[in-house]
Amino acid sequence: MSHHIIDFKDVHFTYPDGTKALDGISFRITHGESVGIVGANGAGKSTLISHMNGYLLPAKGTIIIGDMHLNKSTINNARKTVGVVFQNPDDQLFMPTVFDDVAFGPLNLGMTEERVVERSNEALNTVGCSHLKDKPPHHLSMGQKRAVTIAGVIAMQSDILVMDEPAASLDPKSRRQLINLLKEFRHTKIIASHDLDLIMDVCERCLVISDGKVAADGATGELLTNEQLLEENNLELPLSLQNR
Amino acid sequence: MLNFDKEYFNIGYLDTLAYKNTFVHRLDPRVKLVTTIVFVFMVVSFPKYELSKLIPFFIFPVFMSAAGEIPARFILKKLLFVSPFVFFVAIFNPVFDTAAMYNLYGIKFSGGWVSCISIMIRFTLTISSALLLVATTSFPGVCRALERLYVPKVFVVQLFFLYRYLFVLAEETMRIVRAINMRTFGRKKYGLKIFISTIGLLFMKTVERSERIYHSMCSRGFNGEIRLLKMDKTGFADIVFAVTAIALFIIFRRYDIARILGELAL
Repeated sequence: MSHHIIDFKDVHFTYPDGTKALDGISFRITHGESVGIVGANGAGKSTLISHMNGYLLPAKGTIIIGDMHLNKSTINNARKTVGVVFQNPDDQLFMPTVFDDVAFGPLNLGMTEERVVERSNEALNTVGCSHLKDKPPHHLSMGQKRAVTIAGVIAMQSDILVMDEPAASLDPKSRRQLINLLKEFRHTKIIASHDLDLIMDVCERCLVISDGKVAADGATGELLTNEQLLEENNLELPLSLQNR
Repeated sequence: MLNFDKEYFNIGYLDTLAYKNTFVHRLDPRVKLVTTIVFVFMVVSFPKYELSKLIPFFIFPVFMSAAGEIPARFILKKLLFVSPFVFFVAIFNPVFDTAAMYNLYGIKFSGGWVSCISIMIRFTLTISSALLLVATTSFPGVCRALERLYVPKVFVVQLFFLYRYLFVLAEETMRIVRAINMRTFGRKKYGLKIFISTIGLLFMKTVERSERIYHSMCSRGFNGEIRLLKMDKTGFADIVFAVTAIALFIIFRRYDIARILGELAL
C-alpha cells in the first residue's frame, strides 16, 4: 500500500474540558492529492491536524496512515510519514540556528552526519534559504521563518506534508512565493487555512469542516464557489471571486 | 522608542556582532572557549594584592576586540552596567584591611584599596573576555563548544533553548508593554495590579508555547534525546592561536612584564 494515504474513519475526539472537537469525521486522502481543509474558527481544523501525526489520538474511530493503524505503538513511524508545518514558525524553529533546526528531524531519523548535512542543504536550497543557514531564527523575517519550517519538514522526506495556516502573517510577495513553492511539491499535501484563495491556487480537492464533521468534500473549484455552502459554514467566497 | 524596546535591541546587537566574518570569528569555538577559560583561570589565580602582573593581560581582550571588529564602547558599556555588583563586593576591602601597603607621592594606600583595585581589574579582564567570547563566537557556538568539550548535553540543550526563546519571550513582553503604553496615555506608573497580571499573562503564554514547541519537536522525531551535529573542525590557525595565547598567559603569569618594562624604561 502507498505510504501517502491518510484514512480517517468515524474519528471522535473531545477535549478534557468537554469541548467536542471531532464528531465522527471520515475521509480518505490518497497518493499525490492536494487537499485544502477549510472551516470557521473552532470547526476542528487544528484538532484534525494534531491527529494526523498522532499528537492527539482519537477517543473513538480509526486513523490509517499509509499501511498502519495509528496508535501509541505506531506513532513514531507515522511521524516519519507525515510532516507537519505548524501555524506559528516560532513554535517550530526551536534550535539556535537555521541549519540546526533543519537538521533536527534527519538526525532523529538516525542518519549519518554526512547524510544529514546533505539533506539539510538540499532542503534549504529547495526553499531558497541556503544563505540563511547560519542565522539564528529570531533574525529572520516571517516569510523566511515559514520557508525554513517547510525546509525542516522537507529534510525529513516525509511522504505527506500537512500545513496549518501556512500563509498566516505573510506579506503578499512571501505568500505568492509560498504558493509557487507548494505547487512545485509532488508530495501529498494537506493544507488547513482560512486563506481560501491559497486553497483555490494550490489544492484540487477541498474538505469543508463544520462542528467536527465533514460538511462537504469535493473539487475546490466547485465547493469554494458555492455561496450557499460557504454561508452555511460561516465562510465566504475567496476574495478573488468577490465583486465580480 | 520605549525603554523595553531599547533593551531588546541591545540584546540583539551582541547577537548580530557574532555573525561577522573576521579571523577571530572564524576560529573554532572550542579553541576560543578553552583559551578564554585558561585566561580567566590565570587572571583569578593571582594573590589578592597583585596589580602590575595583571596589566599585560589586557592584551587579550584588546586583541579580541580589535581583530574581531567589536566596538570597545559596546563592551565598556556592558562592563559599566554590571560593575556595581562587583564594586559593592570590592568596596568593603578598604574598610576591613587598613594596613598601609604603598606610599605614592606621600599618599598612603592600604592593602584594602590595593585588593579593591585588583578585584576591579580582574572583573574588567574576565567579564570583557567572556563578553568578547560570545560576541565573536555566538551563543550557540559557545554552547556547541561546551557540548564538544563533554559538558552534559542536558545542560547544553537548556542553554540552547534559553537563548532561542529569550528573544521570543522578549518580543512577547515588548508587545504586552506596548499594548499597556497605548492605553495608559503617558502614565509612568502602572500599578502593582497591572504588573502582576502582565507577569501572569506572560507565564500562561509561556506554558502554552512550551506545549506547542513540544508538539512540533515530537512531530520531527524527538524521543527525549536532542542530537547535535559535530560540525566544527580544528585547523592549523586554531592551534597557532591557542598555543600563542596560552604561552603568553603563562609568561604573563610567571614574569612581571609591567615591572620589567618599567625598569627598562627608567
